[in-house]
Amino acid sequence: MSHDTDVGTPAATPVPDTDGGDVRTLDRVVIRFAGDSGDGMQLTGDRFTSEAAEFGNDLATFPNFPAEIRAPQGTLPGVSSFQLHFADHDILTPGDRPDVLVAMNPAALKANLGDLPAGGTLIVNTDEFTKRSLAKVGYPADPLEDGSLDAYRLHKVAMATLTKGALEETGLAKKDAERAKNMFALGLLSWMYHRPTAGTERFLREKFAKRPELAEANILAFRAGWNYGETTESFAVTYKVAAAGLPAGTYRQITGNTALAYGIVAAGQRSGLPVLLGTYPITPASDILHELARHKAFGIATVQAEDEIAGIGAALGASFGGALGVTTTSGPGVALKSETIGLAVMTELPLLIIDVQRGGPSTGLPTKTEQADLLQAMYGRNGESPLPVVAPRSPADAFDTLLEAARIALTYRTPVMLLSDGAIANGSEPWLIPDSASLPDLRVEFATGPNATDGSGAFWPYLRDPGTLARPWAVPGTPGLEHRIGGLEKADRTGAISYDPDNHEKMVRLRQAKVDGVDVPRLAVDDPHGDARVLVLGWGSTYGPIGAACRRVRAAGGRIAQAHLRHLNPFPENLGEVLAAYDRVVVPEMNLGQLATLLRAKYLVDVVSHTKVTGLPFKAEELQGALTDVIGELEA
Amino acid sequence: MTAIDLGMPARGGLDGVPAATGPQTAKDFKSDQEVRWCPGCGDYAVLAAVQSFMPQLGLAKENVVFVSGIGCSSRFPYYMDTYGMHSIHGRAPAIATGLATAREDLSVWVVTGDGDALSIGGNHLIHTLRRNVNLKILLFNNQIYGLTKGQYSPTSEVGKVTKSTPMGSLDTPFNPVSLALGAEATFVARALDSDRKGLTEVLRAAAEHRGTALVEIYQNCPIFNEGAFDALKEPGVREQHIIGLRHGEPIRFGAGGELGVVRDAHGRLAVRPVAEVGEDALVVHDAGESDPAYAFALSRLGGQDRAHTVTGVFRSVSRPVYDDQVRDQITGARAGGEPDLDALLRGRDTWTVTA
Repeated sequence: MSHDTDVGTPAATPVPDTDGGDVRTLDRVVIRFAGDSGDGMQLTGDRFTSEAAEFGNDLATFPNFPAEIRAPQGTLPGVSSFQLHFADHDILTPGDRPDVLVAMNPAALKANLGDLPAGGTLIVNTDEFTKRSLAKVGYPADPLEDGSLDAYRLHKVAMATLTKGALEETGLAKKDAERAKNMFALGLLSWMYHRPTAGTERFLREKFAKRPELAEANILAFRAGWNYGETTESFAVTYKVAAAGLPAGTYRQITGNTALAYGIVAAGQRSGLPVLLGTYPITPASDILHELARHKAFGIATVQAEDEIAGIGAALGASFGGALGVTTTSGPGVALKSETIGLAVMTELPLLIIDVQRGGPSTGLPTKTEQADLLQAMYGRNGESPLPVVAPRSPADAFDTLLEAARIALTYRTPVMLLSDGAIANGSEPWLIPDSASLPDLRVEFATGPNATDGSGAFWPYLRDPGTLARPWAVPGTPGLEHRIGGLEKADRTGAISYDPDNHEKMVRLRQAKVDGVDVPRLAVDDPHGDARVLVLGWGSTYGPIGAACRRVRAAGGRIAQAHLRHLNPFPENLGEVLAAYDRVVVPEMNLGQLATLLRAKYLVDVVSHTKVTGLPFKAEELQGALTDVIGELEA
Repeated sequence: MTAIDLGMPARGGLDGVPAATGPQTAKDFKSDQEVRWCPGCGDYAVLAAVQSFMPQLGLAKENVVFVSGIGCSSRFPYYMDTYGMHSIHGRAPAIATGLATAREDLSVWVVTGDGDALSIGGNHLIHTLRRNVNLKILLFNNQIYGLTKGQYSPTSEVGKVTKSTPMGSLDTPFNPVSLALGAEATFVARALDSDRKGLTEVLRAAAEHRGTALVEIYQNCPIFNEGAFDALKEPGVREQHIIGLRHGEPIRFGAGGELGVVRDAHGRLAVRPVAEVGEDALVVHDAGESDPAYAFALSRLGGQDRAHTVTGVFRSVSRPVYDDQVRDQITGARAGGEPDLDALLRGRDTWTVTA
């Protein structure tokens, strides 16, 4: 496994001609499928991803689509794309720029061409390049004919016509036949990159099980695309990307949303608790609900509530009843849930709040990614209302992070916020499948009897465990422990309503101390040479681009240390030492410097905040530049 | 009247809740907390009625939970020696929905007021009724905001002069019974705080109903809305105003039963002297009538002037219960055997890398 090859343009090595054509071996390729939002680009990308996974490549994906389900056809706002990076070594990001761009219409070409480097491969569906479609996106002349694409390796393919031709004998209506052109594109690319095809054919048969004529049509189109590559002269070269040398084990590909859903299932199984997900559909979190709703056999109740508030309310009610209450949402939903989160802080019940962040404020950019809910998670409630916050770094890491969130919630009897984001939610990568027996043991002990220390034989719901400061979890149905909890301030130990000034002071500080005292692993720093003077510190989905940028810096001879926070509240106890050990600390974030603000406030360290809020992930290239600048300034 | 009287399925509202192991008294349901409502508040009467009625149900009291929102009435759970949660404004039905769904073995009660249930929590109320979650909702309606010191509420009559409406309130009030029926409620009843017997009867019917039971309780606020229900309480006057419903009996009221409810030529319900229309013309109350239009018409018999106020069980019908069905789906999903977490994590498309 190489750590320094995710650094630039792919190297193509000609290899002996084995099957009648020029086959070259690449170490990595980035392909972007782009088309109208009704063209099935997400499905196409997803299938190519599965083929790459099945082949054993490492991979990372980046779906990018509009918030509108069907934006006006053929327009720039309606363009949907799916970028896939696959390699023979471990990679960290979906890639800065595509090596291959598949454009299904003029809008897709116009919206994406700027990202394709000169010399890149461009495969265009010519059927959509009509006068009308060109005019719709403001092309004065046909770019396929006016020489403006001379810098690229342009392949003009009449995909719709070829697909319709291939399906002529099926008797399928022309319009339906044409819709299979995305499978034609997939077939062509699968041929170019020597991908296995059995999985896609099996997938199509299952997807269209109820309409076998559509399954066959899509398979015919897929094969037609493959055969087109095989038989025409226009594609002289094909490419191979060998399997990646990942650590031994069994893998699958997984998206962040699926990983969170599986994490919730696993948390229920490992804790032995029933799970209740109370939620309201919101982009980009809804897929967690969809996935969990399919796994009721694991004792999972899914309640699609009337609103965000009712969703978390149901989850908290279930937690009071001794279940693992979970709610899933995005930033606007967290805003609505804030009051109930405060109630969970006050009642000290376990609760998981999953925020799949998107661009904000307000409705913002529903399908784009951002990390701007960190301060909302930390402070977005009335009163002193602390709660632990964790964030996964990648789609596969979302599984482990969810289990960590559940550990904290159950051990400390507290709501925990998990901050995912749009890039993690929809992006995918290979996941080394864990053995369930190796997952953390999350079993809890409910209170079973009176605990009063005054000999009264009473039950005191706010008598804390001296180690964790957690209060007992006494669930309804337990005789003798009848008690009332709620949002009013509670007397220390007895839990009775208390307006006593000293008691309030004590309780506010106890709640803070409990969260501050959460046991968090020490922060590990990756500094291969041990002599870096600059540390780059990130959190969440920036892990990939930061890691790739560090590889590039190091490959160019630079010295940089990297650390990434999973725990944002409380911070690892050694974070202060780590920060102090470097001359400069760079904090890249997809917000205006929220983690930087927390670090400055807590550690009085003047970190360099590097921020971006385009709704898109950082590119490794731009971070490489930013890090190189800081290193350069320090050395100058 | 009980649910079984109506020929409904044998599954009752309390099925699955463990029984008490010994006899209980009202005292068993009194917590050690000092009750802090204003002197003369109707809430005292309701609390006493509930505490003395609970032993009749014979439930293990650790399996009884009271969940409330915010407001004067929402302090109720603190005074019941059961499990309880005093939650946040308007959200008690949502929290109780999660609790009832997670725990079939609990008898879950929601205590709420006209502001809590119908203003800030209106959305949760209608959706809980629509889902028919197995909850009993006690809606204390005093037609005023008490805890915030006297603003008008969504059930205050138009023109109500309060601190926030010195020139009179402008908005049309809700009729909570009409609202509940419009929200597909399967059980709706109304009672008076001062009528211990009538209140206990509807509470019992509510407890035995499987699904959401909404009980509106007219409750006097002596500080901010004193006497709002006097016409319904004063002996010699109340008989002319209160129309008490009894399932299977003609709807008849007045000191000597001289008034009754009939259908007019257009099928609408109207109050007429019995002497004028004859006994046979009286509507015989059927709480199990499947068409909610009938119960809705009953709920509209009294206007804002409260010339007539209908009490008792308006509607009690059987419909699938949300939390039962959620649990049934889980049971159904398990029919194929114990689920396998490792199989789930593996999924269908895997590949293996060897060392």
